[in-house]
Amino acid sequence: MNTKPAPLAESTIEFRDVTYSIGGISDDSPHALVSNISQVISSGETLVLLGRSGSGKTTLLRLINRLLLPTGGQVVVQGLATSDWDAIRLRRGIGYVIQDAGLFPHFTVAENVALVPTLEKWDADRIAARVQELLTLVGLDPQDFAARRPHELSGGQRQRVGVARALAADPPVLLMDEPFGALDPVTRAELQREFSALARRLGKTIVFVTHDLREALLLATRIVLLQAGRIIASAAPQEFLRINHPEVQAFAASLGALPGAPA
Amino acid sequence: MTPWTFFLEHRSEILEATLAHLLLVITAMAIAIAIGLPLGLLIVHRPALRNISLGIASVFQTIPSLALFGFLIPIPFIGGIGRRTAIVALVLYALLPILRNTYVGLTGIDPAVLESAEAMGMTEAQIVWRVRFPLALPVILAGIRTATILTIGIATIAAAIGAGGLGTFIFRGVAMVSDAVILAGAIPAALLAILADILLSWIERRLSVA
Repeated sequence: MNTKPAPLAESTIEFRDVTYSIGGISDDSPHALVSNISQVISSGETLVLLGRSGSGKTTLLRLINRLLLPTGGQVVVQGLATSDWDAIRLRRGIGYVIQDAGLFPHFTVAENVALVPTLEKWDADRIAARVQELLTLVGLDPQDFAARRPHELSGGQRQRVGVARALAADPPVLLMDEPFGALDPVTRAELQREFSALARRLGKTIVFVTHDLREALLLATRIVLLQAGRIIASAAPQEFLRINHPEVQAFAASLGALPGAPA
Repeated sequence: MTPWTFFLEHRSEILEATLAHLLLVITAMAIAIAIGLPLGLLIVHRPALRNISLGIASVFQTIPSLALFGFLIPIPFIGGIGRRTAIVALVLYALLPILRNTYVGLTGIDPAVLESAEAMGMTEAQIVWRVRFPLALPVILAGIRTATILTIGIATIAAAIGAGGLGTFIFRGVAMVSDAVILAGAIPAALLAILADILLSWIERRLSVA
């Protein structure tokens, strides 16, 4: 920790033959949620982990910020294995957005956004300025929203606050677990478009979990497809649909299944 | 003799008994909170201790109060005749609602909130004090309210072991077969319970959010 790696390498994440299993200590057949994952996520990339429910995409995400520790192999973040990181320090440098936003109901919008800066003991003026800046960035008027509580917001607004909170301490890495999954289709499309533009501007390393191919194609610089805890495809969005694999075809078919879409 | 005339003639005595009753309840509640709250925090992450402490607290609830007062009399240090024994018994009764509500409040929090707290890099202590505890507070206060009302009622029986309070009138009234004397104890006790309920509900509402 005394020698800092070069800035460019800092926000890379590397999975080195990672397996995560549950059980197995008392019962003899541990069940692997993800197996033998090797993958390098480069700085500035928006990597979308695509897969059906139970394919292991959320598990991979939770391995990055040490909510889970691998049972085999290593996850290396900014040059250091997550098992060697101090969990608190690691997490404060990684933004995290989940489907239900997980905003603190007893905090105002401003207090929610200010969470990590407050934990990091920024001074009050700097926090206030940052909250203003972030709310504006995610399209919420600070005048109108800063003093509200989460229950006074719509689902879309809550998710915007969730994104602002994740970005608060300007972490190089952003983890997003189906952040737009619970929204109505119109709001979802709106947030996807805005977030896509925001992601390009911010230049963060983003790992984004979804089961929606349309969303993956819109946001990703690279799509990684998971099936039963294994990576079965990895490609740029424009090449992804051309991959000849039954699971890729199954996802492609889900696009065509939308009413009104060209056959 | 009507209840009203009895009440007027003995008002200073009744007031004194009411204050003694209140003191008994407040002392018992303060001790029960001082034990129940920290214990409730402690058992969140300790399943073995949780089962034992909730089990023991439940057992005391099942013992009829008059019997519990009786059982405590021969026990050294905490037993004997008088206020101290009564307070021990009242604490034992008040413990379960406080302990159980503290535990339920601390653990019944939206998992998404706890997950994001952890993922944002909050320490275990920060999660307890800044997230779990403030969100659990209304549930904990509801437990304290239940325990207080329960204690006000049970404390009337404490007069049977010489602890004083409003129960003195009730037991005397039963012995004298006088409704007026019973009511002189029962009405103030009921009023105390209603007032405690109103006050603690108000505090609960003030402190609850979302």
